[in-house]
Amino acid sequence: MNMVGKLFARQLRALARGRAVVGYALFFGLATLGLLHFGGGAGRALPSLATLVVLLVPLVSLLITTTSVYQGGDFIELLLSHPVGRAPLFASLYLGTTLPLVAAFLAGLLLPLGLTGAWDGHGGAIALLAAAGVLLTGAFTSIGFLVAFRTDDPAKGNGVALLLWLLLAVLYDGAVLYAAYQWAAYPLETPMLALMALNPVDVARVLVIMALDASAMMGYTGAVFQDFFGGAFGTTLALGCLALWIVVPGGFALKTFLDKDF
Amino acid sequence: MSLHEPAPGLHVRSLSKSFGSVLALDDLTLDFDSGKVTALLGPNGAGKTTLLKVILGLVHPDEGIVEVGRRRATDASGAYRHEIGFMPQLPHFPARMTGRELAVMLDDLRDFEGVADEELVHAFGLEADLDKPFGTLSGGTRQKVNAALAFRYPTPLLILDEPTAGLDPVASLALKDKVRRCRQEGRTIVVTSHKLGDLQSLADDVVFLHEGRARFRGSLTTLLDATGRDTLEEAIADLMTGRPVEGRPWSGSADTGPAGRQADEDPRPALRLVP
Repeated sequence: MNMVGKLFARQLRALARGRAVVGYALFFGLATLGLLHFGGGAGRALPSLATLVVLLVPLVSLLITTTSVYQGGDFIELLLSHPVGRAPLFASLYLGTTLPLVAAFLAGLLLPLGLTGAWDGHGGAIALLAAAGVLLTGAFTSIGFLVAFRTDDPAKGNGVALLLWLLLAVLYDGAVLYAAYQWAAYPLETPMLALMALNPVDVARVLVIMALDASAMMGYTGAVFQDFFGGAFGTTLALGCLALWIVVPGGFALKTFLDKDF
Repeated sequence: MSLHEPAPGLHVRSLSKSFGSVLALDDLTLDFDSGKVTALLGPNGAGKTTLLKVILGLVHPDEGIVEVGRRRATDASGAYRHEIGFMPQLPHFPARMTGRELAVMLDDLRDFEGVADEELVHAFGLEADLDKPFGTLSGGTRQKVNAALAFRYPTPLLILDEPTAGLDPVASLALKDKVRRCRQEGRTIVVTSHKLGDLQSLADDVVFLHEGRARFRGSLTTLLDATGRDTLEEAIADLMTGRPVEGRPWSGSADTGPAGRQADEDPRPALRLVP
């Protein structure tokens, strides 16, 4: 634990020096302020903000993770030639990347909302949006570590990360919509549920839709499940799904890191 | 030394490692004695780097074990690496970090509270450079910092991968003096280098790797006698070209045992040594 703490502090410093996380927070802050200012109040800004969260958080989390692994790769090797265990090193890399990203996201989202008083009447929705963003961050840093540890070539790894983002955040919903259109005559609820759980972006989307009651704006998968996920049970299930998306790829990333030959 | 109690030093037992279809280490068993400098030699791709990485736990062997002193090298906590000072061939230090910052960090990670060995810092005149970020240092200076960090802790085992590459002659001599003092202290030292002249003046023992196996392992004098050569460079060239020995026939040595492999049709025993 002591070792994790020391390495965690180092990873925080390395990330802070990179400034990307600070830029991320600023960008989110400005985007939130802009949407609130020009979007005509919190009620109308929140759906746009939700779209931004669902698309941007995975992308930034993936790329900052892979980049930090590739930039720090030689240093990881240097640390491992000293008395540093791989498991504590992994824990510190994971926490040292995820927690700053979470902090940047929350600061960028919540500070402007708080300052402009958008909390009033939208507290629940904002809380759920924040929760979805935090879990998405964790899920996509897990996926980012898995990709980066399995792919030694930075160009290839970053390419795979980008493709994954494109697939999960953009193409997947289109494919689901196409499938639903093709088989519109059949009862599709159960296969749709399975398809949605397979994509963390969709799970987050559904969470946010439920909070905002704005299903029409969020793609077909979202619309289908508004009914199913309307209550506390649905919310819990979706949060659980997202948590699995943190743990499972994260577990595989740890296994890859423990077994890796440098 | 009893069979059940490994001596201090470095011992690898039955190490095998393949990368895909390439066999990098082939059932390799070696002992590196304490108080001695062992030169680890071999052509490119012979398995030198893989062997060093297995010793450091950076590469997991398919088979076999590594013992550093009396500790079994297992990668779970990496605690056995407290015993190892490692000088990598191409150190990639973070460009924005200074040498002193890195030293402080490593002290902290190693829970090191003794007096660090800064002999090389003074011998190289590095005091001022340690406060500059690595990104601003020349390659030679970075290599000096690399050396100074490897010798910083009183580790029983020192692994030096191409230590004199990129060093000027003065620094190179200072480094070799330091290695000799460490030998005097009874530490185990493993050196790889392409500068065989450097090694000849340092090495007590020679391990010659080829295709993942030790083709020769013994003392430097044994090697020179067996090949009938005056210099390590010539002797190694003989080993690399597989040329049968010109001088005295190979008679084996206490630590290699009789030759296990014979040259196919050559009546003279060739230098195909360790079985």
